[in-house]
Amino acid sequence: MLHLTVNGTSHDVEIPTYRTLLDCLRYDLGLTGSKEGCGVGVCGACAVLLDGTMISSCIALAVFADGREVTTVEGLADDERLHPVQQAFIDYGGFQCGICTPGQVVAAKALLDAIPDPSDAEIREWMLGNLCRCTGYYKIIESIRAAARPRRP
Amino acid sequence: MNAFDYRAPRGLDETFAILQEYGDDASVVAGGTALVTMMKQGLVRPRCVVSLRDVDGLDGIEATNGALRLGARVTHREAEVSSLVMERLPVLAETFRRVGTIRIRHMATIGGALAHADPNQDPPVTLLALGATVEIRRAGSRRALPLEAFFRDYYETALEPGELVTGITVPLLAPASGAAFLKFLPRTADDYATVAVAVTVTLEPDGEHGREARIALGSVGTTPLRGRAAEALLSGERLDENLLRAVEEAIKAAVDPLSDHRGSAAYKREMAAVMVGRALTQAWEAARRAAREGR
Repeated sequence: MLHLTVNGTSHDVEIPTYRTLLDCLRYDLGLTGSKEGCGVGVCGACAVLLDGTMISSCIALAVFADGREVTTVEGLADDERLHPVQQAFIDYGGFQCGICTPGQVVAAKALLDAIPDPSDAEIREWMLGNLCRCTGYYKIIESIRAAARPRRP
Repeated sequence: MNAFDYRAPRGLDETFAILQEYGDDASVVAGGTALVTMMKQGLVRPRCVVSLRDVDGLDGIEATNGALRLGARVTHREAEVSSLVMERLPVLAETFRRVGTIRIRHMATIGGALAHADPNQDPPVTLLALGATVEIRRAGSRRALPLEAFFRDYYETALEPGELVTGITVPLLAPASGAAFLKFLPRTADDYATVAVAVTVTLEPDGEHGREARIALGSVGTTPLRGRAAEALLSGERLDENLLRAVEEAIKAAVDPLSDHRGSAAYKREMAAVMVGRALTQAWEAARRAAREGR
């Protein structure tokens, strides 16, 4: 029996030991925001936060999250209000086909949690691990820059 | 992935007991970036996976006796941003920073990377050039092994069943020394190196003549390796164009790369020589500065 908290809700799930965290989120908990892209930790589509640290859920066993807290893209919005990163991705066109977007948004949130006002070099270094096959990188960087900009009063 | 027993022991003693019980059929996991990926691809099928997540005493980076000791469970990211590592061994912090992506560096641990023994990894190269020692423990005993003796073959180490990597000790640079790490990767920044090299140089007090050098290379053989014949050329000498060419020739003779999608064996051999030439020049310059400034 695995006990974990996902986006503030605690869950007990009965799963085989070989379940990846990504499959547990998608198939056992029905949270299909996190995507499986490469399946080997390269593309970033499955990025989630484990106790606040960004990881690849496709190469993490679900048991790694036992007793821990997971944040997925579904947990970023506050009730009806989108997370500033999500809003910026909409406002600045930070997505095209959308399949990489949940991972991009989670990675951008992790970046802004660590560095609230990142330089362009820092944005590129953090986002290096999130591939966009539509190659919409400039808009993604622009969106993150906008989300980081201090809010006007 | 195959079915397996999963164990998360609470301490080292319990870990050793489980490792003893399962012997060769146990695989230790920390971050999972190596083991889980290989299990997903069916390359390894352990009967038991032993997680170190609840084992105390494997964390921490500390300065001891002219060296840094890094616990086996320290992540690549922790090492990269550690102020101790950045201050005392900037070349090591820089090496960790060049591995994969931040997301992977959050997961991948130092001990895990060593036990994985993939010759395409970056940190072992710099750790070899720095003369690091691996700390290995099992129930009732511990041993320290020079990193060079730890890597045996492609994905093979000197670890016996029941043993665990618990940390690594990395000597600081001697006075009048310099170090450089260069990673040649023509595709994307998160890729494995086509060739990676690390060089440390210690000069005589005159700041001109070589005393000791270590040249280490990755991605050019079945293990990370030293260019000993090239190193020997530097002792007592000044670095000039002729010496650089001789070192490069010795490196070409020392490496044995495989042809793959990152380049042909012939190309990698040439690039290994080029990168060693550049890294040696940088490390030598840094050592001259250190000698001049009395460091």
